[in-house]
Amino acid sequence: MTDRWFDEAAGPVVRPYAMTRGRTRSGAKDAQLDLIALVIAEKAGEPEPDGATGSGLLPEEEDKLLADHSLVPEHLDIVALCRSAPLSVAEVAAELDLPVGVVRVLIGDLVEAELVRVTRPVPPAELPDESILREVINGLRAL
Amino acid sequence: MVFGRSKRGGTTAPAEPVTLKILVAGGFGVGKTTLVGSVSEIKPLRTEELLTEASLPVDSLKGVEAKSTTTVAMDFGRITINDGLVLYLFGTPGQDRFWFLWDELATGALGAVVLADTRRLENSFAAIDYFERRGIPFTVAVNCFDDAERYPAETIREALDLDGAIPVMLCDARVRESARDVLISVVEHAMRNAARAPADM
Ligand SMILES: Nc1nc2c(ncn2[C@@H]2O[C@H](COP(=O)(O)OP(=O)(O)OP(=O)(O)O)[C@@H](O)[C@H]2O)c(=O)[nH]1
Ligand SMILES: [Mg+2]
Repeated sequence: MTDRWFDEAAGPVVRPYAMTRGRTRSGAKDAQLDLIALVIAEKAGEPEPDGATGSGLLPEEEDKLLADHSLVPEHLDIVALCRSAPLSVAEVAAELDLPVGVVRVLIGDLVEAELVRVTRPVPPAELPDESILREVINGLRAL
Repeated sequence: MVFGRSKRGGTTAPAEPVTLKILVAGGFGVGKTTLVGSVSEIKPLRTEELLTEASLPVDSLKGVEAKSTTTVAMDFGRITINDGLVLYLFGTPGQDRFWFLWDELATGALGAVVLADTRRLENSFAAIDYFERRGIPFTVAVNCFDDAERYPAETIREALDLDGAIPVMLCDARVRESARDVLISVVEHAMRNAARAPADM
């Protein structure tokens, strides 16, 4: 296993990356996840059934997570966090107290496993609609 | 224009909130975290980025490769405008050698606040240059510390050699209304910029 602790590109792997098995990139083909991309559990709308385990997960989500031995407890935490409301990548990292780079890899795994999806924020070099900017201004005025 | 939606363009999924971000930049100790905290609906959160990531430009790793646990902290806050619209504020790390993190933060940013302190105006030069070069709309907000001398906004504009279109205002980062007005100024400025250069923004 020791040879796995090195990633040709990254050099020595620091401890938090152990939970990504040394990967510093997610397998997902998507470009690097933006800090304000929202992570949404695929089953977000569905209420927990009676007799749920209290993990914040649906039984089918839990089965899927536990069946996949490449997944670690932090993957479960992310799905549970995002089930009640969408959370940005930055918020997930802050909530779990993990470096953003680690969280990105974990979220990428969950996207591949179809347990979560992520929104794509405004592409660079593009400003949102004027109507959205007006909405922001009005919202700020109301603060 | 379609954005902020899942790339799959799902058919039945409810509309997902659009997320926007504004950066709060400026020199060390100028009040960035204070400003974020005074308008955020949550206590500013903190994320860390490890400097050993493969995504870093090779140059930026020089001198830090030995310290594999070096981290940069970024703090951020959130303002929920409504169900469909959430604004995030990011305090940028002050140290110049973390420019590459700015690039990531600045990508897709609606605009920025450059906080300045009249006692150390030169500490805001780097941020001003950065946003000017990238065409990111910004407002310069002079944080009025109690023991700092007050100058009119126009004097500060001259001292910073700012284009007349760039808003310059005085603020108190500790006061919610004041911080809010700075953000409004950024969004209004972004809107004017967009109107001026609709094609190639
Ligand atoms: N008098 C006065 N003090 C302020 C104001 N804004 C911030 N401070 C104080 O200045 C100090 C630094 O403020 P921070 O918000 O931590 O500054 P920062 O830019 O986030 O600092 P770094 O992240 O370390 O670069 C704190 O002790 C604040 O309480 C202000 O408008 N007036
Ligand atoms: Mg700070």
